[in-house]
Amino acid sequence: MADASSAMTANRAIPLAGRLTGGPAVTIRPAEPCRRLALRASADAVPLLSAALGIALPVKPKQSAGAKGRVALWLGPDEWLVIDEVGGDPVAECAGVKALHSAVDVSHRNTAILVEGHGAADVLNAGCPQDLSLAAFPVGACSRTLLGKIEIVLLRTGDNSFRLECWRSFSDYAFAFLADAARG
Amino acid sequence: MLLIRCPYCEEERPELEFRGAGEAHIARPADIASVSDEAFEAFFFLRDNPKGITYERWRHMHGCARFFNAVRDTVSDRFVMTYKAGEPKPDAKTIEKARAGA
Repeated sequence: MADASSAMTANRAIPLAGRLTGGPAVTIRPAEPCRRLALRASADAVPLLSAALGIALPVKPKQSAGAKGRVALWLGPDEWLVIDEVGGDPVAECAGVKALHSAVDVSHRNTAILVEGHGAADVLNAGCPQDLSLAAFPVGACSRTLLGKIEIVLLRTGDNSFRLECWRSFSDYAFAFLADAARG
Repeated sequence: MLLIRCPYCEEERPELEFRGAGEAHIARPADIASVSDEAFEAFFFLRDNPKGITYERWRHMHGCARFFNAVRDTVSDRFVMTYKAGEPKPDAKTIEKARAGA
């Protein structure tokens, strides 16, 4: 992080940096910092925003769409969470879109926890009431839901891997909850 | 756990994600400053408490965050059907059909 651009900006620190836990069936670790965009728009703005972001924003419930380290998660009929892990700036890309929309940078509001291993769904189900079987929640499925007492956004990235997005002030709770659930 | 069908998510989701929001189909007067005290009282405070079918607002608070309406039976506590906000009250025939299907 010694290049010119990082000298101009604040250093990114994630609240769970350096932590790692798990159990016999699962590994739980924080995700790398990334850019996040909370996007609200009506149906007529979706094609323009999709073009600007380079992803076709999913319009069906529980679906995500992604390309090249960037993924858009359907959260509601007019609401998406866009996660960029490759250093792009989705907020800036939306700025040129003339159709009415709201694009808010929430990169540091959220932090993400990666839950991986063949027991990942079971560990999450300790606090998440949704059906996380592959039939009901296939790879690529995403949803805003609950984990214990907090609201999370869950994305299934593989058969046995999930990305859990939560607000950073709740991340310690989420991590401790998962660590507890993962014990042998 | 009770499962509630969200008309926006198009599937049944656990009740923990939802929050009730009172009686549905209560229209706010267009010019609320000009209504009589009695009419305001009826709009603001008075709610039905029927035995049987009720119409309720619910919110998928920890899901898609959308408000929607539900037909619920106060005797069995069952959700008979749910429908999107803004849609008209389902008629008796639709409710009967949904009840038979449930």
